[in-house]
This record gives sequence, structure tokens and C-alpha cells, in this order.
Amino acid sequence: MIEVSDLTVRFGGVTPLDRMSVTFDKGTCGLIGPNGAGKTTFFNVLSGFVRPASGTIHAFGEDLLSMVHFRRARWGVRRTFQTEQAIEGLSVFDNVAMIHEHSKLSRGSRRADTLEALSFVGLDVDPDVKVGTLGAGNRRLVEVARAVVGKPRVVLLDEPAAGLPDRETDQMGDVIRRIPDHTGALTILVDHDMDLVSSCCGVTSVLDFGKLIASGPTAEVLRDERVIRAYLGTEPVL
Amino acid sequence: MKPTGVAGAARQAWSSRNVEARSSVRVAVIVALLVFVLFGLPSLFSLYYVDALIQVTIYAIVALGLGLLVGRVGLFSLGQAAVLALGAWVGARLLFATSLPYPLVLVLAGLITMVLGVLVGLPALRLRGLYLALITLMLAGAITVVLASTNFPNGGHGFLGYNGAFIHIPAIRRPSIAITDPAFFRYSVVVAILMFLLVLVHLRTRPGRAWAAIRQSEAAALAAGISTTRYKLWAFALASFITGVAGGLLAGADRYLYSIDFQTQDSITLLAVVLMGGAYSMWGAIVAAVLMQFLPALLNSWNVSPDWLDILFGIGVLQVLTTAPAGIVDQMPKDIKRLARFVRSRVRPAAATGGSG
Repeated sequence: MIEVSDLTVRFGGVTPLDRMSVTFDKGTCGLIGPNGAGKTTFFNVLSGFVRPASGTIHAFGEDLLSMVHFRRARWGVRRTFQTEQAIEGLSVFDNVAMIHEHSKLSRGSRRADTLEALSFVGLDVDPDVKVGTLGAGNRRLVEVARAVVGKPRVVLLDEPAAGLPDRETDQMGDVIRRIPDHTGALTILVDHDMDLVSSCCGVTSVLDFGKLIASGPTAEVLRDERVIRAYLGTEPVL
Repeated sequence: MKPTGVAGAARQAWSSRNVEARSSVRVAVIVALLVFVLFGLPSLFSLYYVDALIQVTIYAIVALGLGLLVGRVGLFSLGQAAVLALGAWVGARLLFATSLPYPLVLVLAGLITMVLGVLVGLPALRLRGLYLALITLMLAGAITVVLASTNFPNGGHGFLGYNGAFIHIPAIRRPSIAITDPAFFRYSVVVAILMFLLVLVHLRTRPGRAWAAIRQSEAAALAAGISTTRYKLWAFALASFITGVAGGLLAGADRYLYSIDFQTQDSITLLAVVLMGGAYSMWGAIVAAVLMQFLPALLNSWNVSPDWLDILFGIGVLQVLTTAPAGIVDQMPKDIKRLARFVRSRVRPAAATGGSG
């Protein structure tokens, strides 16, 4: 469970997150909002790349903000990036194994856990090939495998299906749905593809201009008038 | 698709055997090359060129360190020639002050240089890109100035070991098994091999993987649980260590060290040749050293001023930055293949018409 209360981030005169308070309970939770709503900023706060002006975040009882960024990753905050960031120069195996290598897990289980993560995401390539030689879909899968290997506690997925063709998006959705049961991690999915969010997330929260405007069961949230207004604007159409 | 069934398994086994065969061929080629370098090369050349080859060997280690920083981690240091000077100073001081065996002096020179390099680099590592390059260049300048005033040890007493004498200066000692130039060349090659292996082990293991992540994106590295500061410092320490060892070799190679021989701009030339040779490959370090130390010797013997090389290196760096980012070691094989294809396409039609007639 992640409890966020009164989280505010300021970049100079801009306030990308404005007193955001929300609880992500368990399973896969959606986080949506128009461009610039503050979704990626929120992930960056969780990862430790952005220091908030005020507010607290407790993840499974742990005060997340008191941990240095790379220690949060070791503790179990895993993420994928909006522009995919699997390490091009390393093999598929090394890409996933290095996350295990820098976690608190024992060396003995590294090989088995890595192969297991690769098969979990359904990556059907030779683990020894360099990631730089893979296509976009497979690279995304490598990145997801990096996020789930070993014992993740929180998995943050930042538009994992952006730019993928429908068939690969379906495959990605299938993987995302299985993450909580498979790893026990709380998963937060940011995406603009409402079909993907609806099919993966039981509950969804909506950000608009840094403010939380709705949170609840996904189907209800997507029907919420404020949410529709945030996406389509307040001007009447025609 | 993964190959399935017996045929698939057989194909996989075959391909892995093929890979093994190729890598053992590669090892055999490298060993043959080393044997030739150690035993064939010195006898092919006059003493003048053997001297140049010693410099090539030493600078290959220095270039390896800079290539590690630039190519593997993405840290642009413009102070490596000054680090080499530090290593040479420490090596020379130890060789005059103690009767320790030469290999031990090399290790100590490496370790002391590493400590100095890390102390100097610690604040600098908070900077990146252009700013890191600038600060390391300034530090290199500072080290050069200090060395110009302290001078290199020449058998004098005290901490600095310099007595101001210009005549009757004792030569810096060499290992007893490597008194002659060809023998010292072989000795240097063995040390260089050890340094290359040391770096190779790093690249193939945990730090190598962490550096690959840092080079691509610091955010991605942090998100993978990597302490980027620690691994950048580690790279800096490793590069300083091997450069310090190279400095210890240089002390024995030159036998007399003068501060005028260590110029700040050497660091810039070093970066230029490392980029030209290829910063992403360990072979690139050897090419870089040949460019920096063998070409000038060649031009000198042809009575051409080596200053022309500055222009050549300038053009070379421009070419690398625009068309061949992985340098000569990456570009040459491609060019040779292209040339071979061109020659074949010219020869084949002629042969075909010849055969039909």
C-alpha cells in the first residue's frame, strides 16, 4: 500500500503536483490524466529523482522520501521509462540480471530468477543477444522484465505500451495484469490507452494540472464528468 | 521464433559450437600476435624504433584508461597526461629512494596515483560533460605547474629528491631482467597485457555492467539500484591506477625525467587519438598509442616535422565525430570489406567474359 498525502512539487513558478493525496491499495492501479498533468513527475518523486516541496509518502509502512534514490530501487521500487531505457550495450540476460545484482537478493538465485522473469514477460529471444539489436516491442518487454525480476514491492509502468502495435499492446496488457499475483508488488500503470487501463486496473486515479480530480473503480472514474471535462475541455463541442 | 524439436536443438548446438570455435580462433590470433610482438617485433626494428615502441606500449595503457572513462562511462577527462606525470614522479621517487623490486614499485606508483587521482577527482565527478572536461584540464594545468617547480627526482635527497644538478645525474634504474631497450620493451608489453586483462575483468563483471547503464542514462542506472557516484569514482580510480603504473614504466623507459616533457596539451592530444582510435574498444587504445607515439617517430626519421600531426589529429577527430563515432578500429574493417567488394565486382565481370570467350 502506498499512502501519499499533501504531495506538492514546485519547479520555479510551475506546480506540477499540487497537494496530491491518494492511496494505492493493492493490485494494479491506474493513473491517468491529460499531458502535463503530473503523472511522470509523480513517478519521479517515487523514484527519488525529484524532491517534493512538501508532503509525505509511505510505502508499506516505510517512509519513502527519507531513502536515497538508488536505495529505493534496492528496496524494491522498480520502474519503466516513458522513453524505454533498457541498456543497449548489454545482453538481454545482463539487463535483467543487473537489477538482481544490485538488490538485496542472494547471488545464488540470480540466474534462475532472471530466466524466470524473462519467461514471465514472454520474451522469446536468445538471452545472450544485445538489447540494441531488438525491436521496440521486445525492448519494452526487457524493461518490464527488469521491473519484475526478484522481489519488487512497487512496480511503476510509465506508458509501457506507447507506440506499440495493437497485438503487442494486448501482449503487454496480459503481462501487466499478471504482475501483482506473480510478484506480489503493487503496480501503478500510467497510460493514455484507456482500453489498456480499463483492462488492467481495477481502480484508477486521475490527475489534472497537478491536482487529483478523481479516484475509484476504473469504470466509474472514466464516466466521471470532471474526468471527461479534463480530457475534452470545458468548451461545449459545436 | 525459438527453434523447436530435434532439428532446432541440433541447430542451436551447432551455432553455439560455431561461436566457441570463433572465439577460440580469436584467442589463438591474439596469442600469436603477442608472441610476435614480444619476440619478433624488437628484432625487426632499429633501436630508434624500439624506443618508440616502448612509448607506444606505455601510452596504450594510458589510452586504455582514458578510453575506459570516455567510452565506457561517458566521463570526458582532459587530465590524463598529468595523471601519467604524477605516476612517473612517484615511480621515479620510489626507484631512487628504495631498492624495492620493480614490479612492486609499479604497483605502488599505481596505488599512490590512484589515491591522488581520486582525491583530485572526487569534487570533479559531480560535474558532467563539458564542465568535467574543463575542470580536469585546469587540474592538469595545475599539476603541470607544480611539477615544473618541484622538478622530477634526479637522485637528490629530501622528499622531492631533486638536487638541481645538470651533470652527473644518475639514471633511473630499470629491472635487472630488462636493462636493454628490447628487453625493457618486452617487460612493458607484459605489464600492458596485465593492465588490459585487469580492465577486461572489470568490463565483463559487475562494474562493467554498471558503467554500461551509467553511460546510457544516469536515471536508468539509479532506477536499477546503481550508486552512480560510487561506480564513476571506481572508473576514475581504475583509470588512475593503470595510468600510474604506466607512469612507473615511463620512469624506467626514459631514465631521465624532465618536467618540460610533460605538457598540459598532451592530455588534449590524448583525447583526440583515443577518439580516433576508438573509445569503445580495447583495441582502440593500441591504435591511439600508435598514432600518438609511433607516427611522430616515423615523421622525425623522414625529416618531417611532427607538428603536422596536430593538424592531422584535428581532421581525424572531426571525421570521427561526424562519420565514425566508434573510431578507426570500427571503421577500418568496414572500409576493407567495402574495398574488397568493390575489387571483386570489378574482377568478376572481367573473369566471366574471359571464361566465355
